[in-house]
Amino acid sequence: MGLRRQIRVGSQWMYADEAHRALREALRVMDDEQAGHGHHQSFIRRYVFSTDHKWIGIQYGFTALCFLLLGFCLMILMRLQLGWPGQPFGVMKLLGELRAPGGILLPEAYNQLGAMHGTIMIFLGIVPLAVGAFGNYLVPLQIGAPDMAFPKLNMVSYWCYLPGGLIMLASFFAPGGTAQSGWTSYPPLSVIASQGQTWWLVGMVFLITSSLLGSVNFIVTIIQLRAKGLSYMRFPFFVHAQFVTSFLLLLAFPPLEAAAVLQLMDRVAGTSFFLPSGLVVSGTALTNAGGGNPLLWQHLFWFLAHPEVYVLILPAMGIVAEIIANGTRKPLWGYKSMVFATVFLGFMSFVVWAHHMFLTGMGTTISAFFQTTTMIISIPSVIILSSLFISLWGGSIRFTTPMMFALAFLPMFGIGGLTGLPLGLAAADIHLHDTYYVIGHFHYVVAPGTIFAMFAGIYYWFPKATGRKLNEFWGRVHFWISFVCINGIFFPMFAQGLAGVSRRLYDGGMQYQHAKQIASQTNPFMSICAIGLLVAQVPFIFNFFYNAIAAAFGNRDEGLGSNPWEATTMEWAATTSPPLAHGNFEVLPVVYRGPYEYSVPGSAVDFIPQHQAETAEPAPRGGVLLPTTAVAMREN
Amino acid sequence: MDAHASVGHAELEIPYNVHPRPDTGVYNAKLGVWLFLASEVMLFGALFSSLILLRTGAESWPRGYEFLNVKLATFNTFILILSSVTVVMAWSHLRLGNLKKGRIYISATVLCALIFLTAKAFEYSHEFHEHRFPKTNNFLAIYFTMTGLHGLHILGGVIVFLYFLGPGAKMWLHEAERYTNRIEVVGLYWHFVDLVWIFLFPILYLM
Repeated sequence: MGLRRQIRVGSQWMYADEAHRALREALRVMDDEQAGHGHHQSFIRRYVFSTDHKWIGIQYGFTALCFLLLGFCLMILMRLQLGWPGQPFGVMKLLGELRAPGGILLPEAYNQLGAMHGTIMIFLGIVPLAVGAFGNYLVPLQIGAPDMAFPKLNMVSYWCYLPGGLIMLASFFAPGGTAQSGWTSYPPLSVIASQGQTWWLVGMVFLITSSLLGSVNFIVTIIQLRAKGLSYMRFPFFVHAQFVTSFLLLLAFPPLEAAAVLQLMDRVAGTSFFLPSGLVVSGTALTNAGGGNPLLWQHLFWFLAHPEVYVLILPAMGIVAEIIANGTRKPLWGYKSMVFATVFLGFMSFVVWAHHMFLTGMGTTISAFFQTTTMIISIPSVIILSSLFISLWGGSIRFTTPMMFALAFLPMFGIGGLTGLPLGLAAADIHLHDTYYVIGHFHYVVAPGTIFAMFAGIYYWFPKATGRKLNEFWGRVHFWISFVCINGIFFPMFAQGLAGVSRRLYDGGMQYQHAKQIASQTNPFMSICAIGLLVAQVPFIFNFFYNAIAAAFGNRDEGLGSNPWEATTMEWAATTSPPLAHGNFEVLPVVYRGPYEYSVPGSAVDFIPQHQAETAEPAPRGGVLLPTTAVAMREN
Repeated sequence: MDAHASVGHAELEIPYNVHPRPDTGVYNAKLGVWLFLASEVMLFGALFSSLILLRTGAESWPRGYEFLNVKLATFNTFILILSSVTVVMAWSHLRLGNLKKGRIYISATVLCALIFLTAKAFEYSHEFHEHRFPKTNNFLAIYFTMTGLHGLHILGGVIVFLYFLGPGAKMWLHEAERYTNRIEVVGLYWHFVDLVWIFLFPILYLM
């Protein structure tokens, strides 16, 4: 490095090759701006069929948040019924006379709400938010790329997701209502269910296509478009998380696509892939050929759906890792072991699926195999979580709203993860299978786990996308009420499950002697907490829209600067907030260091951005070598 | 500045769109199509696994060679292998800078694909005529599902080839290398579709 010629540009010393590159880029930018004045992209190309990864990320994020709210509202209706079974509620009348005559929910309608709550939350809410929104917006920025590798494919990915979601919504209006066989759609019930199930399958095919296109795009972008000097071990942890997640989406979703095609054939063409011989429905024997295997669906489904669990959690861990490194002003503890744990987790997630099927009579040898792999996969999760905990040690923590959500993620995911261990042991699972314990377990992972991480990410990166910060006070209000209420909903579920209350009961267990007592003691409280959680989202929704709309009218917070959290990663440090519409960076950055150089001993500042060259090197001929950042070129 | 140039300028340039990245050795689309093919392996892998599970669990399993048209399927196998050769020839002529010959070989590939689909259509209509439908038994169910899905892949390939023969060929005028790359990428897909058939043929027709 010392051999490179340096020249003086204005008051700065720069390497000659960098100055040359910067000049070329500056010329290009000026050229573009001139050309841009006479050439405005049409509204549709810019805001509807956009190929800009940032706008697609925002489209994904907005759509996914709407679906999350919808899925949450379905849950509120279910909780009203569970808390006060058989009572009429005015709000139920929204479902119509067919589903809730006189405001009293019917059992079939309860099943529909349950199936669609799961489907919407997972496939339309969290995955598009975690991968489609955060991944799309941040990955190219964090790796110093001008866009995704295939911008048009990125657009098509969103435009497969939205129709998939709309088909799911439209299925509510299908004759006989929407899908009602749970989000898992187990046959034979799903095959003989009403027409809504067919819509569900068609919607799923769209969603699978969308995530397939997205995952190819992410992997190619990360491998091919990372900036010069950005080796794999210099990736921010979020990029690693998205990288592994994309492989899971790429390889786990196609078997579900195959399964969906087979179930569609069963429903539309009258085949019997999942229908055994001699099936009798409501007293009449089915005329199908038979000979099929309902367990085949379960294998294909869980081959997707277990990796899917890690699709839900890995991006969340990535977000939390970014925020914790930034909020503690320290490098992540054990970054390398976290990365290897993530990759190992990705591999292992393909060989644990049948722990969802211990009670299907698989045989003890197979159960023992899947029990072993399940215990093994808990190790990398624990490594990641422990590293994040230890990262807090000795840090001078900045308790901002994103940091609060990120910190809450740790114990919440801990509870969710540890309660999963008894479920992974075949013997303990006999008692716990299909009880509220399972519901409590995975909701702890996904709701106060992943969704809290999503909130953390929204509060953290909102200034990136808009140039405005969300209000801190209302952020705290949102956090504390949500935190208390969400535990009030899910913690009693463990007690219910241990007492043997089955899941998917229309009355929450009141019809069973063994479940009656605990159900009547806990369900009303849990339902009140659910309503409290709904109320807690109101300040967030107002906070979000107030600031988003203000930003859309060009009302930016001028004092905020481009890097309000004083972060080291390139999405903050190497470009403006929000970044340029086309190309993200004025000059594509070059990376010189690891992702989290906070509080470097001996350094004058407490954070050194990834793309900042060495500062200690003395300049030749007496000049002072200032850090030559990409942004510096632009500030004139 | 004319309108075309200004549009070209405003569009951002994605690195390694045409030339390989030195440290990975591939250009973007080539890596992309390999990843896509990996997911296709999982799709057809799931269907082959389903076939194995259904067959091993069945009390009796019809043998394809007893009623399916093995001769026609053998002919189809050769046609598909031939089309894999022609698509390589097309790519190699494009690399040598000969668009005319490249187009002839792409057309030959499309022709092979259409012959395959026509033969398949004859087979299907014969089965329907003999009252053998997907719902008749699980062998026919998986036969129609897998060959149908494979046929859709062939059809998709035909559409892409026709696009590159027609409007897509304009790219040759100013970005010849990129056009050549596109044929290489669709060629990789085409070999995969061919390979799926090479597994389907013995499993459904001969075993």
